Amino acid sequence: MSAPTQTTDSLKTDIIVYICILALAGVQVLLAYQHTQGTQLLIRMLAVAFIQAGLGVMYFMHLRNEQRNLRLALIPATIFVMLMMNMIWSDSFRLLHMNPFGK
Amino acid sequence: MMSASITTPTAPATTPSHGNLEASPFAIPSKKLVMWLFIISDAVTFAALLFAYGYLKNASPNWPEPFKFSPSIINVMLMTFILVSSSLTMLIGTRAAKLGDKAGALRWTFITVAGGLLFALLHVREWLGLIAEGVRLFQNPWGSPMFGATFFAITGLHLTHVIGGVIALSVVALGYKRGRYNSDDIEIWSLYWHFVDLVWMFVVPMVYLLNIAR
Repeated sequence: MSAPTQTTDSLKTDIIVYICILALAGVQVLLAYQHTQGTQLLIRMLAVAFIQAGLGVMYFMHLRNEQRNLRLALIPATIFVMLMMNMIWSDSFRLLHMNPFGK
Repeated sequence: MMSASITTPTAPATTPSHGNLEASPFAIPSKKLVMWLFIISDAVTFAALLFAYGYLKNASPNWPEPFKFSPSIINVMLMTFILVSSSLTMLIGTRAAKLGDKAGALRWTFITVAGGLLFALLHVREWLGLIAEGVRLFQNPWGSPMFGATFFAITGLHLTHVIGGVIALSVVALGYKRGRYNSDDIEIWSLYWHFVDLVWMFVVPMVYLLNIAR
């Protein structure tokens, strides 16, 4: 009898996460129409997107139910690679001043 | 004389002893581990594309901001709703498969497939609208000519993933119906589908919401 109860509880959790992800998508649209511009807006948008992705990975993809070993193998390496990609920004600002793509 | 010192395995390859097999370090089936590794590599691919997009946008003083609330942002909100909802239906389908409810698993998986197809149709309609406005790979009426290349590359790669997911889910669901695949296969491909959904959460703010026409 415990299995169906667990399933119902789990479905309830999934629906709550689903509503949260949709609500956060709505928050992104609201943020986009505020008067914030540039880097501040980008940071806020990405923060919301990371919360959505975290909810999806942990609850929809059930990574929270997997062994800690798997989480440690996947998450830190991915974050590290993405952080390293931030190296490009200094060159991007250099190009902005040289204006090679403007016409 | 040299060859005499080389040791060779004594156990024949055709009859592996159970004691020689190493336990999975993550306690998941190898197919699921492979899917996770694919997802991680694909996440880095999308990240690289989005970084490249940010790089060009930042370096271009006249980056176009063509997306009006109607129809573009409304269309994107509808597409987001459909994709996130299809993740929920995929979860329900996976749960039905795990409980042995074959009919339920098939029904919810094909509802997910229908959601994916609807998303793809809305995406193609949006593309056609932009093309009609004059957006090409290296030209557009508003500003930096790189806009079209980056926009079509990112959304095109995502659309390819959606179409690939639709095909894969259909094949796995039909195989599951015939007994060729089991509930684990449904679960593994549901991981892929959720990943496609999560990538969209980054594509929307980066590509659409940061380029709203004001």
